[in-house]
Amino acid sequence: MASGVERGSGPPLLRMTGIRKSFPGVLAVDGVDLEVAPGEIHALLGENGAGKSTLLKILAGAQLPDEGSIELDGRPIEILSPHDAQEQGIVTIYQEFNLVPTLTVAENVFIGREPTRGGWIDWGRMRRETRAIMDRVGLALSPDRLVSDLSVAEQQMVEIAKALAIQSRLIIMDEPTSALAEGEVARLFAICRDLQAAGIAVIFVSHRLDEVKQLCDRLTVLRDGQLVGSAAVADVSIEDIIRMMVGRDVERLFKQRNVHRAGEPALRVEGLHASGDPRDTFATQLRGINLEVRHGEIVGLAGLVGAGRTELARAVFGADRIDAGRVLVEGVPVQPGSPRRAIAAGIGLVPEDRKQQALFLALAVRLNLSIAALDRLCGRLGFIDRGAETAMVEEYRERLNIRMPSADVAVGNLSGGNQQKVVLARWLALQPKVLIVDEPTRGIDVAAKAEVHQLLYELADSGIAVLAISSELPEIMTISDRILTMREGRLTGELPIADATEEKLMQLMTMGRERAA
Amino acid sequence: MSTETPAAAPANFDLFSFLAKFAPLIFLLVLMGVFALLEPRFLSPLNLFNVMRQVSIYGLLAIGMTFVILTRGIDLSVGSLLAFAGLVAAAVAKGGFESRFAVGTAAEAAGYGWFLAMLAALAVGVVCGGLQGLAITKLKVPPFVVTLGGMSAFRGAALLFAGGGPVSGFDDAYRWWGQGYIGPIPVPVVIFAIAAIIAAIALRYTRFGRNVYAVGGNPEAARLSGLDVDRITLSVYVIIGFMAGLGGFVLSARLNSAEAVAGLTYELTVIAGVVIGGTSLFGGIGTIFGTVIGTLLIGVLLNGLVLNNVSSYVQQIIIGVIIVLAVAFDTFAKSRRKRA
Ligand SMILES: Nc1ncnc2c1ncn2[C@@H]1O[C@H](COP(=O)(O)OP(=O)(O)OP(=O)(O)O)[C@@H](O)[C@H]1O
Ligand SMILES: [Mg+2]
Repeated sequence: MASGVERGSGPPLLRMTGIRKSFPGVLAVDGVDLEVAPGEIHALLGENGAGKSTLLKILAGAQLPDEGSIELDGRPIEILSPHDAQEQGIVTIYQEFNLVPTLTVAENVFIGREPTRGGWIDWGRMRRETRAIMDRVGLALSPDRLVSDLSVAEQQMVEIAKALAIQSRLIIMDEPTSALAEGEVARLFAICRDLQAAGIAVIFVSHRLDEVKQLCDRLTVLRDGQLVGSAAVADVSIEDIIRMMVGRDVERLFKQRNVHRAGEPALRVEGLHASGDPRDTFATQLRGINLEVRHGEIVGLAGLVGAGRTELARAVFGADRIDAGRVLVEGVPVQPGSPRRAIAAGIGLVPEDRKQQALFLALAVRLNLSIAALDRLCGRLGFIDRGAETAMVEEYRERLNIRMPSADVAVGNLSGGNQQKVVLARWLALQPKVLIVDEPTRGIDVAAKAEVHQLLYELADSGIAVLAISSELPEIMTISDRILTMREGRLTGELPIADATEEKLMQLMTMGRERAA
Repeated sequence: MSTETPAAAPANFDLFSFLAKFAPLIFLLVLMGVFALLEPRFLSPLNLFNVMRQVSIYGLLAIGMTFVILTRGIDLSVGSLLAFAGLVAAAVAKGGFESRFAVGTAAEAAGYGWFLAMLAALAVGVVCGGLQGLAITKLKVPPFVVTLGGMSAFRGAALLFAGGGPVSGFDDAYRWWGQGYIGPIPVPVVIFAIAAIIAAIALRYTRFGRNVYAVGGNPEAARLSGLDVDRITLSVYVIIGFMAGLGGFVLSARLNSAEAVAGLTYELTVIAGVVIGGTSLFGGIGTIFGTVIGTLLIGVLLNGLVLNNVSSYVQQIIIGVIIVLAVAFDTFAKSRRKRA
């Protein structure tokens, strides 16, 4: 899609030169240049921790650079605060959401810019305009819903809507698609092309390189905080891009799982009914779920947003109350309604939303990683064996290639992808019998994603039953031995991997109810 | 501009985080210097030990408060509970409940002895703290409200129990806990030091300590990591109750008297010390070391003001301003952490 404005004709919209930013112990961005033309969709790529978000935060005024200059339309500008950036027409959709959970959709979209009439907030107009913008992003959400009740994907769409509501010249999107399913991604791309047609430039960060090929005009690659280079997307292959990101040749990345011997049933779910998180009035109701995952097997759970996959994972894990039915691990019923008992029974859950549900952002990586496995690290009196703990952290740092200055930095200071790896490590360290992973590779770079897949294979080979949820059909089709589809809180089909095609899955996901009936 | 190895970052000195860490300590030393210049008596061993002894009571409460605030909680009832527990201890020492109206007399002070008195004070503290913890975890009433209720209820209980007057005059063994020395060091200071060391070890090196930080850092993530959030929350209120009981006993021993109005506004002083010491009211961040320094700072400030004849009204104003400034600093540090 290289339909963008010709480069070289006129000055670039944005030019960043020699940007440098260090944090205690890390040189996050080391002399990077970036040029973006008007109406261009520019991909910013790199491995986890390469410095993408940091560079963009500098542009958004959320962080101040140590060195370097920024020009807009050839004029040097100084961006000292997010407010300055907005004045210049630079709007950001952050990787970690910036919505206020206790406010409504409309209040969030117009936060700080509420339309007024005679000094009072004009609620009618605010709702009307919010509804119009939500229509544009294709999400029929009531403007009055609380953001805390929304799914991650819906929150992402609200973030996007919020950015669209501001007059802008340059929109920064830091991994907007990692929380979205295919349909929504398509809608986002359509929006990007509209923006492009209106001469608005977009900087787009994603770890899904096929998206980059599909959407972007040019790309810039960072590695370890340094600039590797820029290129027109049409001139490079995905393999080229990966080589630029990783700095070496990579053999075929995504391997299908080949051998597998499913053993005895590890997880059984019988007649499960649940109404989801009580705080979420719009949670999907689960209605009569029966399923089984055997030792050594990876079962994929496919479905559209709102199909109830996350609700199912949470109910099985005891995070939400269940209304009927039961969960058994190796034939023994698990007492419902408490993650603690589920964990004791051998179930682990890597939740969908790492920031709200998994991480202790202000606390050390060490604590975050070992918290669920402390029982094994403690002697009598509950003293933690720090040596063993350090060894555990070191083991997973190596196995998952987690980039961090030390085990004692706050986990919130790691890059998004590395945070996700810490969450994965927590559950691996627990050595469960059944591991449920909800979007396990969200925000993880290509190479690391292949590593995570490999890790899931190893887990399954060692006898763990894995139930995997992913919004990326190709990912589900790569890692699963068997795929279950869901729609509106029911299971609608089951396909062995040999029979699974995207078409068949889509069909089961969208209209499976009739077929299953 | 270009470094040899991209991975090796310059060891840049982060002034802000240095200050955030050591500001209370630096401030404490400066304050002591200033008071020493203004009033030479300040540095006399007698006065310093006096300060320490005074601070020890605050300190015991502050240790408990650190646990509570680390879990995003607060306890406004400590001053009232301290008074109540002190009275119960005094009554037990003076020979049971009959003599509790023996106002101001030094009746036969054999009673059940200091040991039973201390046990009684601790029991009162643990039970009352536990009740508040249950209200917070089972009835889901916010800590602020529960302990505001406790502040009133325990003060009322103390007044009722005292029947309007103090209980005074204990035997030597009882008074030793407040007025005695071990070597050159006052006993309350020793108790405070031991409590601080145990608390610091528990927070840093045990699973329980980790759990406290985790619950305060992100309660939902803690629950989904399999922690028993209710039990951990309940325990921190039991701990602060225990500390209030201990504090009540030691205070009554030091004053040789227990009265229902003991510990008025202690909650303010204690919370101020904890927050000045760097414990975040947003939960999950803080250390016992910080709390000790913060509490010393408040103690030194109050003592210095008294020595310099600053009226107690002005002292209250100063404490109020300091609390707001300390929390403002905490909020600022938090927003910095978030942006960074
Ligand atoms: N506030 C901070 N304090 C300390 N280090 C930080 C901070 N923010 C980022 N870093 C470090 O800077 C480096 C670059 O991080 P950045 O978030 O820019 O990576 P990224 O390219 O966006 O990665 P990802 O794809 O995982 O989102 C990382 O090593 C990270 O740990
Ligand atoms: Mg990032």
